[in-house]
Amino acid sequence: MSLSETAILINLLTLSCLVVTWFINRNKARQALVMAWRSFMKILPSILMVVVLIGLILGLATPERLSAWLNARSGWTGLLVTGLAGTILHIPSIIAFPLTGTLLKAGVAVGIIATFVTTLTMIGVVTLPLEIRELGKRFALLRNGLSFVAALLIGWLMGMIL
Amino acid sequence: MTAKTSDKKQSSLREWLIVMLLMILAITVGSIFPDVRPRILQSAWSVTREMVFILPAVLILMGLFSVWVKKEMVEKYLGKAAGGRGIMLALFLGALPTGPLYVAFPLAAGLRQKGASLSNISVFLTAWACIKIPQELLEIQFLGFRFMLMRLSLTILTAVIIGLIVERVIPAADIPKEYSTGLTRFI
Repeated sequence: MSLSETAILINLLTLSCLVVTWFINRNKARQALVMAWRSFMKILPSILMVVVLIGLILGLATPERLSAWLNARSGWTGLLVTGLAGTILHIPSIIAFPLTGTLLKAGVAVGIIATFVTTLTMIGVVTLPLEIRELGKRFALLRNGLSFVAALLIGWLMGMIL
Repeated sequence: MTAKTSDKKQSSLREWLIVMLLMILAITVGSIFPDVRPRILQSAWSVTREMVFILPAVLILMGLFSVWVKKEMVEKYLGKAAGGRGIMLALFLGALPTGPLYVAFPLAAGLRQKGASLSNISVFLTAWACIKIPQELLEIQFLGFRFMLMRLSLTILTAVIIGLIVERVIPAADIPKEYSTGLTRFI
């Protein structure tokens, strides 16, 4: 499913829920909209941070640079370095999977690919400010830290088995 | 109360400051390396577009959620007492094909304020981040079925383990109330 299809689905769902609510209880519908607006104002700076960070990171790390860089690393160092790269980068899965597929065919180790895919999706340093704001520093840092360790272990295990 | 309000103001001021600094950084990088400039602009633009299409809908959905869903209900199905079934539900909710990770945080905060346990919040976020039905299909296509299946099972396992550790380590009072989207204030 592409982004636009997801977006259409979510918007249709929201619109129908809102319309149903409006007919059942106008007050509740109004209340929901006010809440949505207040939440938006509160997360606006965090969102802008995410936008600028993603622009910077994707602007500097081209796919070619990335694959050359990954290819040059192996073993635990490789896992660690790719894990960190996947943590910092923020690539949509529509691009990430074709990219990693190419890397796999180009001879990059399975474990490295698995670590990269896992940190890429599981951890977002870029979205960390938002997570901290909504759920607290300790929760966000602990969850992301544990995810990082887990991603390395997943990569290591998959490299052993596959 | 006044102390809290000024605290909040200060934190939002700090956030705007960081936004400004980042923008200055981006502009500096763009002017030093002109060849990078279009890529920076293009990626920033595509994220902005993504947000514009998804975020308002998600925020309104959250508003509706907090208007309709009672605290007792979330507590019952996602609270501490929900056990294994709560974890399964959190996994399922996270895996639904929805938007990018950053829209999940306010949702998670809303669930938290309605009484979901920390472990289930964590499972929900991890599942949202890396277990998505469309994503698994892409993974089969580009990395193979065996790769996908194995990574998926390991991911589910770790999502649950991470959730259980988070629940153990973090005191429940640690989740910020006044800094989050504060949906419960209305109810």
